[in-house]
Amino acid sequence: MSQKVFEPGIAAGRLDADAYAAQFSDLHPPLDVHEALVAADRCYFCHDAPCITACPTDIDIPLFIRQIATGTPDAAAKTILSQNILGGMCARVCPTEQLCEQACVREIAEGKPVKIGELQRFATDHLQQQGKHPFVRADVTGKRVAVVGAGPAGLSCAHRLAMLGHDVVVHDARPKPGGLNEYGIATYKTPDGFAQAEVDWLLQIGGITMKNGSSLGADITLDALRNDYDAVFLAIGLGGVNALGTEGEDKVGVRDAVDFIADLRQADDVAAVPIGRDVVVIGGGMTAIDAAVQAKLLGAMNVTLVYRRGRDRMNASVFEQDLAASKGVRIITHAEPIAVIGNGAVREIEFEYVDDNLVGSGQMLRLAADQVFKAIGQTLQGDALPALEGRKIRVDGTGRTSVQSVWAGGDCASGGDDLTVTAVAEGRDAALDIHMVLVG
Amino acid sequence: MADLRSDFVGIKSPNPFWLASAPPTDKEYNVRRAYEAGWGGVVWKTLGIDPHVVNVNGPRYGAIYGADRRLLGLNNIELITDRPLEVNLQEIKAVKRDYPDHAMIVSLMVPCEEEPWKFILPQVEDTGADGVELNFGCPHGMSERGMGAAVGQVPEYIEMVTRWVKAATRMPVIVKLTPNITDIRQPAEAAMRGGADAVSLINTINSITSVDLDLFAPEPTIDGKGAHGGYCGPAVKPIALNMVAEIARDPALSRMPISGIGGVTTWRDAAEFLALGAGNVQVCTAAMTYGFKVVQEMISGLSEYMDEKGMTSVDELVRRAVPNVTDWNQLNLNYIAKAKINQDLCISCGRCFAACEDTSHQAIAMSEDRTFSVIDEECVACNLCVNVCPVENCITMEAMTPGTTDPRTGKVVQTEYANWTTHPNNPAAAAAE
Repeated sequence: MSQKVFEPGIAAGRLDADAYAAQFSDLHPPLDVHEALVAADRCYFCHDAPCITACPTDIDIPLFIRQIATGTPDAAAKTILSQNILGGMCARVCPTEQLCEQACVREIAEGKPVKIGELQRFATDHLQQQGKHPFVRADVTGKRVAVVGAGPAGLSCAHRLAMLGHDVVVHDARPKPGGLNEYGIATYKTPDGFAQAEVDWLLQIGGITMKNGSSLGADITLDALRNDYDAVFLAIGLGGVNALGTEGEDKVGVRDAVDFIADLRQADDVAAVPIGRDVVVIGGGMTAIDAAVQAKLLGAMNVTLVYRRGRDRMNASVFEQDLAASKGVRIITHAEPIAVIGNGAVREIEFEYVDDNLVGSGQMLRLAADQVFKAIGQTLQGDALPALEGRKIRVDGTGRTSVQSVWAGGDCASGGDDLTVTAVAEGRDAALDIHMVLVG
Repeated sequence: MADLRSDFVGIKSPNPFWLASAPPTDKEYNVRRAYEAGWGGVVWKTLGIDPHVVNVNGPRYGAIYGADRRLLGLNNIELITDRPLEVNLQEIKAVKRDYPDHAMIVSLMVPCEEEPWKFILPQVEDTGADGVELNFGCPHGMSERGMGAAVGQVPEYIEMVTRWVKAATRMPVIVKLTPNITDIRQPAEAAMRGGADAVSLINTINSITSVDLDLFAPEPTIDGKGAHGGYCGPAVKPIALNMVAEIARDPALSRMPISGIGGVTTWRDAAEFLALGAGNVQVCTAAMTYGFKVVQEMISGLSEYMDEKGMTSVDELVRRAVPNVTDWNQLNLNYIAKAKINQDLCISCGRCFAACEDTSHQAIAMSEDRTFSVIDEECVACNLCVNVCPVENCITMEAMTPGTTDPRTGKVVQTEYANWTTHPNNPAAAAAE
């Protein structure tokens, strides 16, 4: 054990050099061929299968599993990808335990669902690792569509539009496409550059032009896009981060969890990413878990995740909560931050215990902290957007906004869970609606 | 623990589990270990006349798999022993001397002439073996040379050779039958006429296990070509059970002892063969899949079952199911059953619905919340839903009580037995008077 583990403050290289690769390797190693056949054999090929209903993208799961079982994983992949072009990423990041696998009749019967997510990955990896793209473009329609945001919703929409024969230009503010797939997901869920490889594979359809570093508001405007294109799809995600609104929030060592996660994903060498000895993460969603787990993996001695409500209210799935616990993350609930304490840099953070209605108890808790990650939600950013519903862009069932010829989907739009798979479904369905409007 | 000792046509063994004539019984080294593992007897792999045969040096087996590569069916193109006769005879003698209480049967296959039989039988007798089994079943290779199934498919040859053998030896003679015929009773009757002490069946079934879709050649493939082989293993059990039962229930054959062979993999398979009329069973594929130790489960399982049934000897189980094997035209057409789905056990997979709706009688209803229920007005109790349901005992066939009305036909369920021979729709039905 490296002595650097004990070093106070924020430091890189807390672990022995060779420990990092193991820490950040695949959370679920891919199934080998035989494992996949055994797992596939457990599928009952249910009639009108509940897993399909539970999948936001309506993948024909029994069919693709049967295709794996009969030795045709590429056909299985096509079944998946025809519904969900980011089926590879979704196989890695979907909370399957809350979606298809929760609905699996074997989950009900035995508490052991068919490994749908891992089988999906087996099939999509098999196809994509050969560089095969199973779809071809329809005849070019001459219609042009602008997609703003190259995250799951934007990519899904762009691919479906391109497949239908439209020319698509995708604008994205970041240097690389992928959105949260590239910047917002824990490293161990999608290692080895998978997000970029998937984007490259997706673009093989043709007809899609990527414009990175092109930001809505700064570099392009919605009005200009409406003038220049036949349709616009907004998939800008949630660019803002909620503040704690707590005294001392600006102290050194306090930062947004999303930035930490993005830095880690973009790091050439994770060992060079500095981490505190005592880390506190505030929040109860997937971002909070991803930050807490990765802080631990980087060698933080003590990582505490603090959430103001009960575990049952956490947005992070039980699987994610258990994962964090298994990595040594301590989870404290019913505690709300009151003050960040420290002389310039954070040294401690004070919480007050609260009840289910967030009413303070007067009981206080102080945690040592040389690094604090805020993960209490993200917000829509931007002016001159279509009408909102609450804090998101209002859309109807096919993604139409209040503005003519403008559609929206993904996290920036109302309705649906903020999941990758939901974003993919919304992008795909908006593309189909745009297509119908453009060519009838 | 039940007494499993077996006496099959005077051949005694500690239990009714014999290893069939096949690669596991090819040599002294294996047979000694088989006895030590618990096998009650072995049928030594078929001897022939020197010069001994040769085998292919490519793959000899092909397989059919279930889940997790569970071997369900095995096909082989191996021939009879490819070792000199004298070597085999010496080894048989040595093993039998050391294991006097275990059954030692020697399988034989020589040309279809009397002289070779008269030549080989005394030598086998000299080993102290308990009996011989005539291999009239091997469907590949040897049959091309006029032996094996080439004999077994001609009842007259079976009778003739059996008679020669009985005349040339005092040992019990078991005739092993090929299933590659249309009516198993014909060769069995021929064996009986020839004086056989017993028949054993089934030998392997002509088969091609699969086709290599890159080479376009049957498997197993030898340098790009394949020949049909003999199929065995769990997949053939239903075929073997039927053939055993056909012989067991034939009045003309009912005293013919049967050594049951064909896919015996567990104690339960063995018990089923015994109940259908086999006096003992022979096993090969299960041993080839799992090794000799598999017999220990067969011994413990059969013993436990017999204890539960209060049976003190294997003979009490033999033929117990034979009286209940009948012809279709004797089945009770007044027996009315309906499928019943246990909603507590149902996991809502809907397979019963898909099967019934698409391929049967549209007798299962599916609700919005995925509750599946039987429509008694349509159900003919075909049992397909039971067969496709992944949950054991979730769907059962419940007999209707006589006196109640079958909602499908509107007719009252009768107490009286009535079969097709008297049914009004049968043009050949006997007149009531």
